[in-house]
Amino acid sequence: MFNKIKVACLILLLGFQSIANAALEIVITEGVDGARPIAIVPFKYDGVGPIPEKLSDVIAADLMRSGKFKPITVAQMPQQPNTDSDIDYAAWVNKGVEAVLVGTVEQQTDGRYLVSYELVDVIRGQITGGNTQMMSNGKLVKSQDHILEARKSVISETSFRRYSHRISDVIYEKLTGEKGAFLTKIAYVIVREQDNKPYQLVVADYDGFNEQVLLRSKEPLMSPAWSPDGTKLAYVTFENRQSQIYIQDLYTGKRELITSYPGINGAPKFSPDGKKLLLVLSKDKTGSTEIYLLDLATRRETRLTNHRSIDTEPSWFPNGQDIVFTSERGGNAQIYKLNLKTGRSKRMTFDGDMNLAGSITPDSKELVMVNRTNGQYHLAKKELASGAFQVLTRTRLDESPSIAPNGSMIIYSTLYNNKQVLALVSMDGRFKARLPVLDGQVKAPAWSPYLQ
Amino acid sequence: MQLNKILKGLLIAVPVMTLAACSSSSDMDESAANQSNQPTSQQETTNDMVEVETMTAEQRAEEQLREKYEALRQEQVIYFDFDKATIQSEYADLLRAHAEFLVQNPSVKVLIEGHADERGTPEYNIALGENRGQAVEKYLQSLGVSPSQMSVVSYGEEKPMVNSRTEAAFAKNRRAVLVY
Repeated sequence: MFNKIKVACLILLLGFQSIANAALEIVITEGVDGARPIAIVPFKYDGVGPIPEKLSDVIAADLMRSGKFKPITVAQMPQQPNTDSDIDYAAWVNKGVEAVLVGTVEQQTDGRYLVSYELVDVIRGQITGGNTQMMSNGKLVKSQDHILEARKSVISETSFRRYSHRISDVIYEKLTGEKGAFLTKIAYVIVREQDNKPYQLVVADYDGFNEQVLLRSKEPLMSPAWSPDGTKLAYVTFENRQSQIYIQDLYTGKRELITSYPGINGAPKFSPDGKKLLLVLSKDKTGSTEIYLLDLATRRETRLTNHRSIDTEPSWFPNGQDIVFTSERGGNAQIYKLNLKTGRSKRMTFDGDMNLAGSITPDSKELVMVNRTNGQYHLAKKELASGAFQVLTRTRLDESPSIAPNGSMIIYSTLYNNKQVLALVSMDGRFKARLPVLDGQVKAPAWSPYLQ
Repeated sequence: MQLNKILKGLLIAVPVMTLAACSSSSDMDESAANQSNQPTSQQETTNDMVEVETMTAEQRAEEQLREKYEALRQEQVIYFDFDKATIQSEYADLLRAHAEFLVQNPSVKVLIEGHADERGTPEYNIALGENRGQAVEKYLQSLGVSPSQMSVVSYGEEKPMVNSRTEAAFAKNRRAVLVY
């Protein structure tokens, strides 16, 4: 009897462990050298029972994954303070650390927790000794300008991960001046051959946690695209033995059929205002695939391209006035820019054999694409002003790049051990990481907009 | 899937029915003759092989052609060069066999699936797969098949035949499949 229980416990334990391992194993493959050393000190916990989630672990992982920071390990920490007043600034500066996050978690009633934290610039703290006096409105006042951020918040038991990402966003923005994108999600397609309905549309936190399957199908699913408010996904299904575009509400589960023409119905992309959809149809047999603009309210569509060769992969400029798309009109596939008002198009790419899947960064300054050079497919970017071209990745069969809403990272699909997996690369190409290998082929990642 | 089953059923049923039709005029006699002749015919074959063989030789030419087409129709996949949607000449016989069958059976419909290997982006490959499917459709149309009998679906790189990333696997995945 006891043996049986033991075995059951062991199996349970092993099960949990493998789940935990699977989720946590983000492998940084390149480029931690340039990252800034910081310290995320474990928060002091005051409560009954175990803490629901270690905030400091989640935050440290976030910041490391950004490629911009190198959180030191707990073992390397000279002390474990919980408030600014306990911090020995010199000890941290000697470790080469520039900023320290300290905090506490206090359990309250009804499964609520009070989280307090401070982000401390220890270099400034060492200079001022933690206190400076300055003139304000003609009075001498005490200033603690070494404390970059100090916040308190009450959170529920289930929102620890979420709040951790929120703190990461605060730290990232304070230290880099850019908005953080840790409180975002990714949508992707996973093919689990062993399942009865192998093609699955999934949404997960940007770090792969909280995976939720939104749709399971016996036939392929493609091209998930977020609505700008982050509540809907447009995607392509083959459930009726032809491609069709649907829009699905993530929270109500309501699906709406958008197009179902003979031939291709593909590559949907919401406009920045969410009112229109760029898509690809091949219903007019005069050519190959053509790009259309669909007004979601009137359901009226306008044909934007008219050419015998392949035109596909439309994507918006943030201004909503211009688009980029892939076309074979010049022989090989290249990326073109089209102005919706004038209808004029212009070739944008000239490097390598071909360029595909173009998208514009949120600051409108760069074009990210899949470049083929010498038969190899890699992500690349081009600075629009200078024309400078840079190959960003060196993995195999890279495709489906999707840019984080703050423009810091690109998520894409690549090959690892003969399996399609997701990978991250920073916009400067210096930092690279691989997301956990899941139980299937993972493809078509789409990074969500900022979520609330 | 359903269609396939029906078709396979037809493939068996059609020859059987035509055979039955041929012999229907002298139904009774034949069956009677068969019954009485069975032992003798066996004896005959052991006694005199040559006569039996010359009796069937006449039908061979047509039958052979039909058999060849039937065999070809079992082959439903044609392969393409990398990033190309041009039908190679080696598939002329195979496509002629399918065309002949479709022309003779105007109620039969065929779905032409276009596929691509994984190189290139999914959206580009969907377009490429469709070009391949349409190339087959146009080819069959030039051989007299009615457009209403054919439809094309492109799966791009989404349904590889071989889940591996060698050149050989890529070659297997760049294909069009005729599905009845």
